[in-house]
Amino acid sequence: MPRIRDIAQICKSKNAGPFMVTIDVLFEDPALYRRVKATGVLNAALFARLYGVAEGDVLFAPYDTASAFKATLPRLVPAGDFGDTDVYGAQQHAPLLDVEVPV
Amino acid sequence: MKTFTMLSTSGILGYGYAEESLRIGMSRQPQVIGCDGGSTDPGPHYLGAGTSFCSRLSVKRDFRLMLQAAVAAGIPCIIGTSGGAGGEPHLQSMAALAREIAREDGLSFRMALIHAEQDKAMLGSRLDRTKPLAKLPPLDAATVDRATRIVGMMGPEPIAKALDGDAQVILAGRSSDPAQWAAPAIRAGMAPAPSWYAGKMLECGAEPTTPKEPDCLLVTIEDDHLVCEPPNPIRRCTPLSVANFALHENSSPTHHVEPGGLLDTSDVTFTPVSDRAVKVAGMRWTPAETYTVKLEGVELAGYRAITICATRDPVLIGQIDDYLATHRAKVEAKAASFGVSAERYRMAVRVIGRDAVMAGWEPVKSVTSHELGFVIEVLADDQEVANAVLAMARTSLLHADFPGRLCKEGNMAFPFSPSDIPLGELYRFSIFHTLAVDDPCALFPIEYESV
Repeated sequence: MPRIRDIAQICKSKNAGPFMVTIDVLFEDPALYRRVKATGVLNAALFARLYGVAEGDVLFAPYDTASAFKATLPRLVPAGDFGDTDVYGAQQHAPLLDVEVPV
Repeated sequence: MKTFTMLSTSGILGYGYAEESLRIGMSRQPQVIGCDGGSTDPGPHYLGAGTSFCSRLSVKRDFRLMLQAAVAAGIPCIIGTSGGAGGEPHLQSMAALAREIAREDGLSFRMALIHAEQDKAMLGSRLDRTKPLAKLPPLDAATVDRATRIVGMMGPEPIAKALDGDAQVILAGRSSDPAQWAAPAIRAGMAPAPSWYAGKMLECGAEPTTPKEPDCLLVTIEDDHLVCEPPNPIRRCTPLSVANFALHENSSPTHHVEPGGLLDTSDVTFTPVSDRAVKVAGMRWTPAETYTVKLEGVELAGYRAITICATRDPVLIGQIDDYLATHRAKVEAKAASFGVSAERYRMAVRVIGRDAVMAGWEPVKSVTSHELGFVIEVLADDQEVANAVLAMARTSLLHADFPGRLCKEGNMAFPFSPSDIPLGELYRFSIFHTLAVDDPCALFPIEYESV
């Protein structure tokens, strides 16, 4: 079964302000995006499970016009505070890469 | 049809751009040239310390070429979030740089400085008009009082006002990233929706292009839409590259909250108009009922010291979790012996090769690397205590015994002498709230000078 890393063109994370991190998955082919969306694999529950956060804390939205999915989560530690590991939030996407999508 | 063209030179002033891109971009006769000077992205330190995360030398290079181009073409040059964080020291260092360049290159222009640092007493009297963002607690007087520095994020209005005041070079303190672009476009009579969207495209230079690197971007607003195109011929805007950037650093893909309103991108379309340019249409702008200004503030959390080392010993790597637990206890006992109890410091050990990137979010629990790196971080109320505990933590990590140990002379490779790095003040974001205002310009006084 193909994984996100096999079928998406962009999979990335970044701060959305100092207290949140936002993760985006984009597809170049809108038809493929629609098939991925139809599987329902990408949803708030998936991100809650992958990152160990409460589902209610995940702001998840598909964005049809950009053939993209976006999920925004509260950071474990605010950017740059004691114990933070990723000030820019740029390396929090990896668990998503291996998610299998039945398309 | 009325059009308005703007040229953004780079992602951040000081990140660099190709001089040829600027030349080609200027040949398209933009009405404005500009660059964003920073954001909260590099973390709380820079707002607290009053310093920039870009070097003075690289900022000067980027800024000099822009000033020369703007003066030659007789167009405004606008810098948003000056100096990296947009506080008073950041704004003043950019102003000093502008004067220095003007002196060296024989340039003269009317300059506006738009201040964004906020007075604590003023904020203290308006706490009832603030609202927390990102699940922070409501703003109280003690939090305002503890803050090292607080900035307000200006919208386009103060920047438009500085243009009305005939400023050619505008150095804005902390500003919403798109505001420096929305301001001249809206002031020129363009519709707010494409003007704000143009700002969102221009705020990071050539980021909406491929290959994506710091460089210039041209955006032309035409009636109800805009067209993005990089001047550098090696780059292209494609529907994917532009759509990707539309998701940048925002919690929602469709609702972009800006000072004074909401940019709704739900029904936006991305259409190629050439193999290098993309038309974006269908955005909507809804003015807010109440105008709010975002406040950003940091407070001092203590002083930090770090050290970096690594191990190549498989026996140690095989029992690293136990070893680090023992290490923590040893540091605690030794620090107590020189009078520093465990409550007086915090110690974090990042293990590179295990979970140094994702910490608690790391799904891979096993360690498979043949080497592990360590960054020990100690935080205390003063630098001397942080340094002392860090030095003991470093020695303990190097020399502590463990079961089956063969490497009796030392467990760690230290790449540097000196090994310990005092990091100075640790600031943390403490204020991330909105403040309702009646006048969008009231918090942002403008000073003019002839340079």
